[in-house]
Amino acid sequence: MSDASPFRRLREPGPSRVRLTFEGREIHAAPGDSVAAALLAAGVTSTRETPVSGAPRAPFCMMGACFDCVVEIDGEANRQACMTTVREGMAVRRQRGARRLAARGGIEGDGGGDGSD
Amino acid sequence: MRADIAIVGGGVVGLSLAYGLRRLGRAVLVLDGGDGDFRASRGNFGLIWVQGKGVGAPHYARWTRRAAAMAPDFAAELAEATGIDLALRQPGGFDYFTDEAALAAQVTAMEGLRAELGGDYPFEVVGPNALRREMPEIGPKVVGAILGHEDGHMNPLRLLRALAQGVRHGGGRVETGVRVTSIAPLAGGGFALALADGREAAAEKVVLAAGLGAAELGPQLGFKAQVRPQRGQVLITERLAPFITRPSATIRQVDEGGVQIGASHEEVGLDDRETVAATAALARHAVEVFPLLARARLVRSWGALRILTPDGLPIYHRSETHPGAYLVTCHSGITLAAVHARLLPLWIEGAEGAPDLEEFSERRFAIQTAA
Repeated sequence: MSDASPFRRLREPGPSRVRLTFEGREIHAAPGDSVAAALLAAGVTSTRETPVSGAPRAPFCMMGACFDCVVEIDGEANRQACMTTVREGMAVRRQRGARRLAARGGIEGDGGGDGSD
Repeated sequence: MRADIAIVGGGVVGLSLAYGLRRLGRAVLVLDGGDGDFRASRGNFGLIWVQGKGVGAPHYARWTRRAAAMAPDFAAELAEATGIDLALRQPGGFDYFTDEAALAAQVTAMEGLRAELGGDYPFEVVGPNALRREMPEIGPKVVGAILGHEDGHMNPLRLLRALAQGVRHGGGRVETGVRVTSIAPLAGGGFALALADGREAAAEKVVLAAGLGAAELGPQLGFKAQVRPQRGQVLITERLAPFITRPSATIRQVDEGGVQIGASHEEVGLDDRETVAATAALARHAVEVFPLLARARLVRSWGALRILTPDGLPIYHRSETHPGAYLVTCHSGITLAAVHARLLPLWIEGAEGAPDLEEFSERRFAIQTAA
Protein backbone atom coordinates (compact mmCIF):
# COMPACT_ATOMS: atom_id res chain seq x y z
CA MET A 1 0.00 0.00 0.00
CA SER A 2 2.98 2.34 0.32
CA ASP A 3 3.24 2.46 -3.45
CA ALA A 4 0.33 4.96 -3.41
CA SER A 5 2.29 7.35 -1.20
CA PRO A 6 4.08 10.44 -2.53
CA PHE A 7 6.69 9.78 0.18
CA ARG A 8 9.42 7.18 0.02
CA ARG A 9 11.69 5.88 2.75
CA LEU A 10 15.36 6.83 2.65
CA ARG A 11 16.26 3.28 3.64
CA GLU A 12 14.30 0.12 3.04
CA PRO A 13 13.09 -1.03 6.46
CA GLY A 14 14.19 -4.36 7.87
CA PRO A 15 11.96 -7.41 7.92
CA SER A 16 10.12 -6.62 11.17
CA ARG A 17 6.82 -4.80 10.86
CA VAL A 18 4.47 -3.00 13.22
CA ARG A 19 0.81 -3.37 12.37
CA LEU A 20 -1.67 -0.61 13.22
CA THR A 21 -4.95 0.59 11.80
CA PHE A 22 -6.05 3.93 10.40
CA GLU A 23 -9.82 4.35 10.19
CA GLY A 24 -10.04 0.58 10.57
CA ARG A 25 -7.73 -0.16 7.66
CA GLU A 26 -4.55 -2.08 8.51
CA ILE A 27 -1.27 -0.42 7.65
CA HIS A 28 2.29 -1.57 8.20
CA ALA A 29 5.04 0.55 9.70
CA ALA A 30 8.69 0.11 10.56
CA PRO A 31 9.59 -0.12 14.26
CA GLY A 32 10.50 3.34 15.51
CA ASP A 33 8.33 5.16 12.97
CA SER A 34 6.28 8.03 14.28
CA VAL A 35 2.57 7.59 13.66
CA ALA A 36 2.74 10.56 11.28
CA ALA A 37 5.57 9.04 9.25
CA ALA A 38 3.78 5.69 9.13
CA LEU A 39 0.55 7.31 7.88
CA LEU A 40 2.31 9.35 5.22
CA ALA A 41 4.37 6.35 4.07
CA ALA A 42 1.13 4.37 3.82
CA GLY A 43 -0.35 6.94 1.46
CA VAL A 44 -2.71 8.65 3.91
CA THR A 45 -3.08 12.25 2.74
CA SER A 46 -5.59 13.67 5.21
CA THR A 47 -5.43 12.93 8.91
CA ARG A 48 -7.83 15.41 10.47
CA GLU A 49 -10.51 18.04 9.88
CA THR A 50 -9.95 21.42 11.54
CA PRO A 51 -12.22 22.64 14.34
CA VAL A 52 -12.42 26.09 12.75
CA SER A 53 -13.42 25.40 9.14
CA GLY A 54 -13.55 21.62 8.81
CA ALA A 55 -10.81 21.76 6.17
CA PRO A 56 -8.66 18.62 5.75
CA ARG A 57 -5.14 18.64 7.18
CA ALA A 58 -2.12 16.35 7.19
CA PRO A 59 1.18 16.21 9.13
CA PHE A 60 3.27 19.25 8.32
CA CYS A 61 6.22 20.17 10.56
CA MET A 62 6.95 16.61 11.80
CA MET A 63 8.60 18.03 14.91
CA GLY A 64 5.83 18.77 17.38
CA ALA A 65 5.34 22.45 16.71
CA CYS A 66 2.40 22.89 14.35
CA PHE A 67 -0.25 20.52 15.74
CA ASP A 68 -1.53 19.90 12.23
CA CYS A 69 -1.03 16.15 12.65
CA VAL A 70 -3.33 15.57 15.63
CA VAL A 71 -5.26 12.29 15.43
CA GLU A 72 -7.25 10.04 17.73
CA ILE A 73 -5.10 7.19 19.05
CA ASP A 74 -6.74 4.30 20.90
CA GLY A 75 -9.72 6.50 21.68
CA GLU A 76 -7.73 9.48 22.90
CA ALA A 77 -8.29 12.64 20.87
CA ASN A 78 -5.81 15.33 19.80
CA ARG A 79 -2.67 13.17 19.97
CA GLN A 80 0.29 14.50 18.00
CA ALA A 81 1.02 11.80 15.44
CA CYS A 82 4.52 13.10 14.79
CA MET A 83 5.46 12.84 18.47
CA THR A 84 4.04 9.35 19.02
CA THR A 85 5.89 6.16 18.12
CA VAL A 86 3.92 3.36 16.46
CA ARG A 87 2.92 0.36 18.57
CA GLU A 88 1.60 -3.00 17.51
CA GLY A 89 -2.20 -2.96 17.42
CA MET A 90 -2.56 0.81 17.72
CA ALA A 91 -5.93 2.08 16.45
CA VAL A 92 -5.62 5.49 14.82
CA ARG A 93 -8.56 7.54 13.64
CA ARG A 94 -8.94 10.88 11.93
CA GLN A 95 -9.39 13.80 14.38
CA ARG A 96 -12.70 15.37 13.48
CA GLY A 97 -13.06 18.91 14.81
CA ALA A 98 -12.24 19.85 18.37
CA ARG A 99 -11.88 17.36 21.18
CA ARG A 100 -14.96 17.20 23.41
CA LEU A 101 -13.99 17.40 27.03
CA ALA A 102 -17.39 18.34 28.41
CA ALA A 103 -20.28 15.92 28.24
CA ARG A 104 -22.60 18.40 26.57
CA GLY A 105 -21.98 19.21 22.96
CA GLY A 106 -20.94 22.82 22.75
CA ILE A 107 -22.82 25.79 24.06
CA GLU A 108 -26.38 26.78 23.43
CA GLY A 109 -27.51 30.21 24.51
CA ASP A 110 -25.54 32.01 27.14
CA GLY A 111 -27.42 30.92 30.20
CA GLY A 112 -27.15 34.08 32.19
CA GLY A 113 -26.67 34.29 35.91
CA ASP A 114 -29.79 35.41 37.71
CA GLY A 115 -28.13 35.76 41.08
CA SER A 116 -31.11 33.97 42.65
CA ASP A 117 -29.03 31.94 45.03
CA MET B 1 12.30 59.95 7.62
CA ARG B 2 9.86 62.77 8.31
CA ALA B 3 6.37 62.73 9.74
CA ASP B 4 3.91 64.93 11.56
CA ILE B 5 4.01 62.59 14.50
CA ALA B 6 6.59 59.96 15.39
CA ILE B 7 5.42 57.20 17.70
CA VAL B 8 8.13 55.29 19.48
CA GLY B 9 6.74 51.81 20.07
CA GLY B 10 4.74 49.63 17.69
CA GLY B 11 2.87 47.51 20.18
CA VAL B 12 -0.86 47.59 20.52
CA VAL B 13 -0.74 50.96 22.37
CA GLY B 14 1.47 52.74 19.83
CA LEU B 15 -0.37 51.25 16.88
CA SER B 16 -3.84 52.07 18.26
CA LEU B 17 -2.76 55.67 18.58
CA ALA B 18 -1.07 55.66 15.16
CA TYR B 19 -4.20 54.21 13.59
CA GLY B 20 -6.33 56.96 15.14
CA LEU B 21 -3.94 59.76 14.20
CA ARG B 22 -3.82 58.45 10.66
CA ARG B 23 -7.62 58.61 10.60
CA LEU B 24 -7.30 62.30 11.51
CA GLY B 25 -5.12 62.71 8.43
CA ARG B 26 -1.77 63.00 10.18
CA ALA B 27 1.41 61.60 8.66
CA VAL B 28 2.55 59.05 11.23
CA LEU B 29 5.80 57.19 11.61
CA VAL B 30 5.83 54.23 14.00
CA LEU B 31 9.26 53.11 15.19
CA ASP B 32 8.91 49.56 16.44
CA GLY B 33 11.48 47.36 18.13
CA GLY B 34 12.57 43.88 17.15
CA ASP B 35 11.75 40.35 18.17
CA GLY B 36 14.56 40.40 20.73
CA ASP B 37 12.79 43.14 22.67
CA PHE B 38 10.21 42.61 25.38
CA ARG B 39 6.94 42.73 23.50
CA ALA B 40 3.96 42.72 25.84
CA SER B 41 1.54 42.94 22.90
CA ARG B 42 2.58 39.48 21.75
CA GLY B 43 2.14 37.81 25.11
CA ASN B 44 -0.98 39.23 26.68
CA PHE B 45 -4.17 37.49 27.70
CA GLY B 46 -6.66 39.16 25.35
CA LEU B 47 -9.31 40.46 27.71
CA ILE B 48 -11.58 43.46 27.50
CA TRP B 49 -11.84 43.69 31.24
CA VAL B 50 -13.88 46.20 33.22
CA GLN B 51 -14.96 44.68 36.53
CA GLY B 52 -12.88 45.59 39.53
CA LYS B 53 -10.79 48.16 37.68
CA GLY B 54 -10.83 51.64 39.17
CA VAL B 55 -11.68 50.80 42.75
CA GLY B 56 -10.41 53.97 44.44
CA ALA B 57 -9.90 55.61 41.03
CA PRO B 58 -13.31 56.12 39.41
CA HIS B 59 -11.82 58.08 36.51
CA TYR B 60 -10.02 54.88 35.50
CA ALA B 61 -13.27 52.91 35.72
CA ARG B 62 -14.98 55.50 33.48
CA TRP B 63 -12.14 55.42 30.93
CA THR B 64 -12.15 51.61 30.86
CA ARG B 65 -15.92 51.46 30.47
CA ARG B 66 -15.78 53.96 27.62
CA ALA B 67 -13.28 51.70 25.87
CA ALA B 68 -15.39 48.57 26.41
CA ALA B 69 -18.48 50.35 25.10
CA MET B 70 -16.63 51.48 21.96
CA ALA B 71 -15.04 48.09 21.31
CA PRO B 72 -17.76 46.57 19.08
CA ASP B 73 -17.87 49.54 16.74
CA PHE B 74 -14.08 49.77 16.65
CA ALA B 75 -13.72 46.05 15.90
CA ALA B 76 -16.25 46.41 13.08
CA GLU B 77 -14.32 49.35 11.68
CA LEU B 78 -11.04 47.41 11.74
CA ALA B 79 -12.69 44.38 10.14
CA GLU B 80 -14.05 46.59 7.39
CA ALA B 81 -10.68 48.30 6.84
CA THR B 82 -8.49 45.19 6.98
CA GLY B 83 -10.67 42.11 6.56
CA ILE B 84 -9.39 40.83 9.91
CA ASP B 85 -11.96 39.49 12.36
CA LEU B 86 -10.83 40.25 15.91
CA ALA B 87 -13.13 37.54 17.33
CA LEU B 88 -14.46 40.12 19.79
CA ARG B 89 -17.04 38.74 22.22
CA GLN B 90 -18.46 40.68 25.15
CA PRO B 91 -20.85 38.27 26.88
CA GLY B 92 -19.85 39.55 30.32
CA GLY B 93 -17.09 38.05 32.42
CA PHE B 94 -16.88 35.95 35.57
CA ASP B 95 -14.56 36.47 38.49
CA TYR B 96 -14.64 33.08 40.27
CA PHE B 97 -14.25 32.74 44.03
CA THR B 98 -13.44 29.71 46.18
CA ASP B 99 -13.69 31.70 49.39
CA GLU B 100 -16.87 33.37 50.67
CA ALA B 101 -15.01 36.10 52.55
CA ALA B 102 -12.93 37.05 49.51
CA LEU B 103 -16.10 37.21 47.41
CA ALA B 104 -17.82 39.41 49.98
CA ALA B 105 -14.81 41.74 50.18
CA GLN B 106 -14.70 42.18 46.43
CA VAL B 107 -18.43 42.82 46.27
CA THR B 108 -18.05 45.51 48.94
CA ALA B 109 -15.23 47.14 46.95
CA MET B 110 -17.27 47.09 43.75
CA GLU B 111 -20.37 48.43 45.50
CA GLY B 112 -18.20 51.32 46.70
CA LEU B 113 -17.11 51.97 43.14
CA ARG B 114 -20.71 51.74 41.97
CA ALA B 115 -21.67 54.46 44.47
CA GLU B 116 -18.79 56.65 43.28
CA LEU B 117 -20.08 56.23 39.74
CA GLY B 118 -23.57 57.39 40.67
CA GLY B 119 -25.03 53.89 40.75
CA ASP B 120 -24.17 53.07 37.16
CA TYR B 121 -21.88 50.05 37.29
CA PRO B 122 -23.45 46.83 36.06
CA PHE B 123 -22.41 43.67 37.89
CA GLU B 124 -24.11 40.95 39.89
CA VAL B 125 -23.17 38.07 42.15
CA VAL B 126 -23.93 34.67 40.70
CA GLY B 127 -24.39 31.94 43.28
CA PRO B 128 -23.07 28.41 42.94
CA ASN B 129 -26.34 26.90 41.69
CA ALA B 130 -26.91 29.49 38.98
CA LEU B 131 -23.28 29.18 37.99
CA ARG B 132 -23.61 25.40 37.58
CA ARG B 133 -26.83 25.76 35.64
CA GLU B 134 -24.87 27.78 33.14
CA MET B 135 -21.77 25.58 33.24
CA PRO B 136 -22.20 22.16 34.87
CA GLU B 137 -18.42 21.69 34.59
CA ILE B 138 -17.72 24.22 37.37
CA GLY B 139 -15.92 22.55 40.26
CA PRO B 140 -17.33 22.04 43.77
CA LYS B 141 -14.86 24.44 45.38
CA VAL B 142 -16.24 27.45 43.52
CA VAL B 143 -18.62 29.27 45.88
CA GLY B 144 -19.74 31.91 43.42
CA ALA B 145 -18.68 34.47 40.88
CA ILE B 146 -19.08 38.12 40.10
CA LEU B 147 -20.55 38.64 36.66
CA GLY B 148 -19.41 41.92 35.14
CA HIS B 149 -21.77 42.66 32.30
CA GLU B 150 -19.28 44.74 30.30
CA ASP B 151 -16.40 42.26 30.21
CA GLY B 152 -15.29 40.37 27.14
CA HIS B 153 -12.35 39.11 25.14
CA MET B 154 -10.81 39.07 21.71
CA ASN B 155 -7.90 37.66 19.75
CA PRO B 156 -5.10 40.08 20.70
CA LEU B 157 -2.70 38.96 17.99
CA ARG B 158 -5.28 39.65 15.34
CA LEU B 159 -5.85 43.08 16.89
CA LEU B 160 -2.14 43.81 16.62
CA ARG B 161 -2.03 42.67 13.01
CA ALA B 162 -5.16 44.59 12.07
CA LEU B 163 -3.81 47.79 13.60
CA ALA B 164 -0.44 47.49 11.84
CA GLN B 165 -2.16 46.74 8.55
CA GLY B 166 -4.62 49.57 9.08
CA VAL B 167 -1.81 52.06 9.71
CA ARG B 168 0.18 50.90 6.67
CA HIS B 169 -2.77 50.73 4.28
CA GLY B 170 -3.90 54.12 5.50
CA GLY B 171 -0.62 55.63 4.38
CA GLY B 172 1.25 55.52 7.68
CA ARG B 173 4.73 54.16 8.00
CA VAL B 174 5.74 51.39 10.40
CA GLU B 175 9.45 50.64 10.75
CA THR B 176 10.18 47.44 12.63
CA GLY B 177 13.42 46.17 14.11
CA VAL B 178 14.66 49.65 14.97
CA ARG B 179 15.91 51.09 18.23
CA VAL B 180 15.60 54.76 19.08
CA THR B 181 18.72 55.85 20.94
CA SER B 182 17.99 59.53 21.48
CA ILE B 183 15.26 62.11 21.03
CA ALA B 184 16.15 65.80 21.03
CA PRO B 185 14.21 68.97 20.30
CA LEU B 186 15.07 70.81 17.07
CA ALA B 187 15.89 74.51 17.09
CA GLY B 188 12.99 75.43 14.82
CA GLY B 189 10.49 73.19 16.64
CA GLY B 190 9.83 69.50 16.45
CA PHE B 191 12.11 66.64 17.35
CA ALA B 192 15.03 64.69 15.92
CA LEU B 193 15.16 60.98 16.64
CA ALA B 194 18.40 59.05 16.26
CA LEU B 195 18.23 55.33 15.50
CA ALA B 196 20.80 52.71 16.43
CA ASP B 197 21.25 51.81 12.76
CA GLY B 198 22.51 55.34 12.04
CA ARG B 199 19.32 56.64 10.46
CA GLU B 200 17.45 59.68 11.69
CA ALA B 201 13.85 60.72 11.82
CA ALA B 202 12.20 64.07 12.36
CA ALA B 203 8.69 64.91 13.46
CA GLU B 204 6.64 67.83 14.77
CA LYS B 205 5.45 65.76 17.70
CA VAL B 206 6.71 62.63 19.35
CA VAL B 207 4.79 60.10 21.41
CA LEU B 208 6.61 57.71 23.66
CA ALA B 209 4.61 54.46 23.68
CA ALA B 210 7.62 52.23 24.13
CA GLY B 211 6.45 50.14 27.06
CA LEU B 212 9.39 49.32 29.28
CA GLY B 213 11.64 51.22 26.88
CA ALA B 214 10.05 54.45 28.11
CA ALA B 215 12.10 54.26 31.29
CA GLU B 216 15.28 54.82 29.29
CA LEU B 217 14.01 57.36 26.73
CA GLY B 218 11.56 59.22 28.97
CA PRO B 219 14.02 61.41 30.91
CA GLN B 220 15.31 62.82 27.59
CA LEU B 221 11.86 64.39 27.13
CA GLY B 222 11.26 65.46 30.70
CA PHE B 223 9.23 62.40 31.75
CA LYS B 224 9.81 60.45 34.91
CA ALA B 225 8.42 57.39 33.12
CA GLN B 226 8.23 55.25 36.23
CA VAL B 227 7.43 51.89 34.70
CA ARG B 228 8.49 48.48 35.90
CA PRO B 229 8.18 44.98 34.49
CA GLN B 230 5.91 42.40 36.07
CA ARG B 231 5.98 38.92 34.64
CA GLY B 232 2.82 37.11 33.70
CA GLN B 233 2.87 33.50 32.58
CA VAL B 234 0.11 32.06 30.45
CA LEU B 235 -0.83 28.53 29.39
CA ILE B 236 -3.03 27.27 26.59
CA THR B 237 -4.56 23.86 26.07
CA GLU B 238 -5.29 21.87 22.97
CA ARG B 239 -8.34 22.95 21.01
CA LEU B 240 -11.52 21.84 22.71
CA ALA B 241 -15.18 21.96 21.82
CA PRO B 242 -16.67 25.11 23.41
CA PHE B 243 -17.86 24.71 26.99
CA ILE B 244 -16.81 27.94 28.74
CA THR B 245 -19.56 30.50 28.27
CA ARG B 246 -17.78 33.65 29.42
CA PRO B 247 -14.19 34.72 29.97
CA SER B 248 -12.73 35.24 33.41
CA ALA B 249 -9.60 37.14 34.33
CA THR B 250 -7.82 33.79 34.66
CA ILE B 251 -9.53 31.33 32.31
CA ARG B 252 -10.98 31.92 28.88
CA GLN B 253 -11.72 29.71 25.92
CA VAL B 254 -10.38 31.41 22.83
CA ASP B 255 -12.30 31.57 19.57
CA GLU B 256 -10.25 28.73 18.13
CA GLY B 257 -11.04 26.39 21.04
CA GLY B 258 -7.96 26.42 23.26
CA VAL B 259 -8.47 27.19 26.93
CA GLN B 260 -6.10 29.95 27.95
CA ILE B 261 -5.05 30.06 31.59
CA GLY B 262 -3.28 32.94 33.25
CA ALA B 263 -1.61 34.78 34.58
CA SER B 264 1.03 34.95 37.25
CA HIS B 265 2.10 38.25 38.83
CA GLU B 266 5.84 38.07 39.45
CA GLU B 267 8.27 40.84 40.30
CA VAL B 268 11.37 39.35 38.70
CA GLY B 269 12.79 42.21 36.68
CA LEU B 270 13.55 41.85 32.99
CA ASP B 271 13.07 38.08 32.88
CA ASP B 272 10.27 36.72 30.71
CA ARG B 273 11.06 33.02 31.04
CA GLU B 274 8.52 30.41 32.07
CA THR B 275 8.86 28.46 35.31
CA VAL B 276 7.48 25.09 36.31
CA ALA B 277 6.27 26.48 39.65
CA ALA B 278 4.12 29.19 38.06
CA THR B 279 2.85 26.82 35.36
CA ALA B 280 1.82 24.31 38.02
CA ALA B 281 0.06 26.96 40.12
CA LEU B 282 -1.88 28.24 37.12
CA ALA B 283 -2.89 24.73 36.10
CA ARG B 284 -3.97 23.91 39.67
CA HIS B 285 -6.22 26.98 39.79
CA ALA B 286 -7.78 26.15 36.43
CA VAL B 287 -8.49 22.56 37.50
CA GLU B 288 -10.05 23.85 40.72
CA VAL B 289 -12.52 25.94 38.72
CA PHE B 290 -13.01 23.38 35.92
CA PRO B 291 -11.95 19.91 37.17
CA LEU B 292 -12.35 18.40 33.71
CA LEU B 293 -9.36 20.48 32.55
CA ALA B 294 -7.18 17.92 34.35
CA ARG B 295 -7.74 15.79 31.25
CA ALA B 296 -6.82 18.56 28.81
CA ARG B 297 -3.40 18.69 27.25
CA LEU B 298 -1.36 21.87 27.49
CA VAL B 299 0.24 22.76 24.18
CA ARG B 300 2.09 25.96 24.98
CA SER B 301 3.15 28.21 27.81
CA TRP B 302 4.82 31.56 27.69
CA GLY B 303 5.89 34.47 29.81
CA ALA B 304 5.59 38.17 29.05
CA LEU B 305 6.25 41.35 30.97
CA ARG B 306 3.46 43.71 31.98
CA ILE B 307 4.32 47.38 32.00
CA LEU B 308 3.24 48.68 35.38
CA THR B 309 3.16 52.19 36.73
CA PRO B 310 3.45 52.81 40.50
CA ASP B 311 -0.36 52.78 40.93
CA GLY B 312 -1.13 50.42 38.06
CA LEU B 313 -3.10 53.04 36.11
CA PRO B 314 -2.18 54.37 32.67
CA ILE B 315 -0.01 57.43 32.25
CA TYR B 316 -1.02 60.03 29.68
CA HIS B 317 1.31 62.97 30.08
CA ARG B 318 2.22 66.04 28.03
CA SER B 319 5.81 67.03 28.63
CA GLU B 320 6.15 70.37 30.38
CA THR B 321 9.80 70.77 29.41
CA HIS B 322 9.41 69.53 25.83
CA PRO B 323 6.13 70.78 24.35
CA GLY B 324 4.99 68.39 21.63
CA ALA B 325 6.26 65.30 23.45
CA TYR B 326 3.78 62.85 25.00
CA LEU B 327 4.09 59.80 27.19
CA VAL B 328 1.49 57.06 26.81
CA THR B 329 1.79 53.83 28.76
CA CYS B 330 -0.53 51.29 30.32
CA HIS B 331 -0.82 47.56 30.94
CA SER B 332 -4.31 47.22 29.46
CA GLY B 333 -3.65 47.91 25.83
CA ILE B 334 -6.29 45.49 24.57
CA THR B 335 -9.08 46.78 26.81
CA LEU B 336 -8.19 50.38 26.04
CA ALA B 337 -7.49 49.99 22.30
CA ALA B 338 -10.71 51.69 21.21
CA VAL B 339 -10.20 54.84 23.30
CA HIS B 340 -6.53 54.91 22.36
CA ALA B 341 -7.51 54.91 18.69
CA ARG B 342 -10.48 57.25 18.90
CA LEU B 343 -9.98 59.63 21.83
CA LEU B 344 -6.25 59.81 22.49
CA PRO B 345 -5.51 61.30 19.03
CA LEU B 346 -7.88 64.19 19.88
CA TRP B 347 -5.95 64.75 23.11
CA ILE B 348 -2.60 64.72 21.27
CA GLU B 349 -3.93 67.18 18.73
CA GLY B 350 -5.79 69.34 21.23
CA ALA B 351 -8.87 68.89 19.07
CA GLU B 352 -12.53 69.32 19.95
CA GLY B 353 -13.90 66.42 21.93
CA ALA B 354 -10.53 65.64 23.49
CA PRO B 355 -10.84 63.78 26.80
CA ASP B 356 -9.59 65.44 29.97
CA LEU B 357 -6.74 63.18 31.02
CA GLU B 358 -5.21 65.38 33.70
CA GLU B 359 -5.85 62.75 36.40
CA PHE B 360 -3.69 60.33 34.41
CA SER B 361 -0.68 62.66 34.19
CA GLU B 362 2.58 61.90 35.93
CA ARG B 363 1.89 64.79 38.30
CA ARG B 364 -0.19 62.42 40.45
CA PHE B 365 2.97 60.71 41.64
CA ALA B 366 4.63 63.98 42.65
CA ILE B 367 1.54 64.88 44.67
CA GLN B 368 1.60 61.52 46.42
CA THR B 369 5.27 61.88 47.25
CA ALA B 370 4.73 65.37 48.69
CA ALA B 371 1.77 64.32 50.79
